Amino acid sequence: MAPLFYIFAAVAILAGLSVVLQRTPVYSALSLIVVLCSLAVIYLLLGAEFLAVVQVIVYAGAIMVLFVLVIMLLNARREAPTAGSAMARRWGVPLLAVFMGEILFAIWGRYAGAAAPAAQAFDGSPRAVGELMFRNYVLPFEVTSVLILVAVLGAVVLAKKQL
Amino acid sequence: MVPLYHILAVSVILFGLGAAGFIVRRNIITIFMCIELMLNAVNLAFIGFSRYLGNPNGQVIVFFVIVVAAAEAAVGLAIIIAVERNRATLTIDEIDSMKM
Amino acid sequence: MATSSDLPFFLLLTVVKVVLVLVVLLTAIAYAVWVERKVVAHLQSRWGPYRVGPHGLLQPVADGLKFLFKEDILPREVDKVVYFLAPFIAFTLAFASIATIPFGESITLGGHRIPFEITNLNVGLLYVLAVTSLGVYGVALAGWSSNSKFPLLGGLRSSAQMISYELALGLAVVGVVMVSGSLSLREIVTYQHGLWNIIRQPVGFLLYFTAAIAETNRTPFDLPEAESELVGGFHTEYSSFKFAMFFIAEYANILTVSCLATLLFFGGWLGPVFGPPIVRALLGVFWFCAKVFCFLFVYIWIRGTLPRFRYDQLMAFGWRFLLPVGLLNVLATSLIVAWRAA
Repeated sequence: MAPLFYIFAAVAILAGLSVVLQRTPVYSALSLIVVLCSLAVIYLLLGAEFLAVVQVIVYAGAIMVLFVLVIMLLNARREAPTAGSAMARRWGVPLLAVFMGEILFAIWGRYAGAAAPAAQAFDGSPRAVGELMFRNYVLPFEVTSVLILVAVLGAVVLAKKQL
Repeated sequence: MVPLYHILAVSVILFGLGAAGFIVRRNIITIFMCIELMLNAVNLAFIGFSRYLGNPNGQVIVFFVIVVAAAEAAVGLAIIIAVERNRATLTIDEIDSMKM
Repeated sequence: MATSSDLPFFLLLTVVKVVLVLVVLLTAIAYAVWVERKVVAHLQSRWGPYRVGPHGLLQPVADGLKFLFKEDILPREVDKVVYFLAPFIAFTLAFASIATIPFGESITLGGHRIPFEITNLNVGLLYVLAVTSLGVYGVALAGWSSNSKFPLLGGLRSSAQMISYELALGLAVVGVVMVSGSLSLREIVTYQHGLWNIIRQPVGFLLYFTAAIAETNRTPFDLPEAESELVGGFHTEYSSFKFAMFFIAEYANILTVSCLATLLFFGGWLGPVFGPPIVRALLGVFWFCAKVFCFLFVYIWIRGTLPRFRYDQLMAFGWRFLLPVGLLNVLATSLIVAWRAA
């Protein structure tokens, strides 16, 4: 199981690099789909089977379809480098790398080496997630349904040519 | 079994890639995709923690993150379509003024 | 988990199963095309393929050879990467969903119990839905990469149609899941030992079948690829082997959806069985195949009989009729299940 995790983690990171580095938006979108699917496999390896399929159905199968259709509709072309991006590349990326390094160092002490926690018993089945959600998290669940309704209405209103 | 630290390291790397893309790229849609990449990195961290600390709430939080990301993607893309219709460009360097 | 000594045997068994299922599925697809041409022909008072082999039985072989040897045209302005990727995506995903579909009970060979499926996920039904929702990409990317008006329109319409009817498909299945209490396809069939789900969920079945026809882009919902409307729709600019891949993917999707319909609503491999265990297991597989063939026949029958929907009628039907009916079905089913449990 461990070698599978490293393989898919490597695929996810390479695809993430591709998302960031590709000049054409469609290729970025396709790379993002690869990231989403490899993360779904990793969730499956970690035991969260319900979330793995939900990730594929909702994220890779609906949200990314939305992205791809919008890219096609707006006919997004290859991107040209500008002054702003050159400055971001020179100053922003190294600082970001330093910041990520700090985070990695900070969690090293807490979760690595001697303090590494062992894998616990874990129930990733739909029944377990459903029970937890409908017992403790009923209110957030209902609120997110209202949120989705608002999002649908907002998207329709914003994208219309004339009201 | 994979050590928790490795899962968190992958999550941090993906988040860093997403953040780097966010500040470097100039096409709005690509920036939006880097935001989604960051959200997914966070989801991975949540699931890793949920597994190793034995706390099932992490999964429910990931579920809500996915749902909220869907709502946000819908509205965000609608805004992008509206902006493209008004300014005829998708480069954020050119969409930097509030004037109509 | 399997012990380390089991792992080589497990891998070998899985590879054998995968190869077997793929071979059977490809042959079934080839002859599904033959069945379609014959049935549609007879519905239209003509013979269909007749000359190539007895009653045209070698026609699929001839078609396959034709596809292999035809000139592969690459239009100039296409996006090469995506143009090559789209048929592969469609083709691969069409075969990926067969992984969790069980064909029968298990047999015991040399002390090992071998179930008639490639794998049994306890979210097997959601896996099939997930693969179906990824299938939209094959169509959308094919339409876009062809760099031409008709494919783009066809691709956009097709993908919008597929996303809309995915919802109805999912809702239709929720009723079955509530009644059976599991997402594993094998358990859903086992639950139907006394009574098939078609009696428990008639509305769900009609909803599922309608949504499935729309999902697989078949008549009467095939406007996005109809010849008289959009030339060929999303696969206009594809020729020879890449077109064959789309074609095979479409029929594989039809077979998968039929398999799912028999598993969810018609008891899968349950039927009159007798004799020693091996004969019983194989009879189960026979019943499963017979039921899938019946569904295939109904699909083709509908194709030969009904006129097609206009696109706006299609979308209105999916969103304004099927979705509310699906929601009411879920509501009614949940009320009955809760009342029974009380």
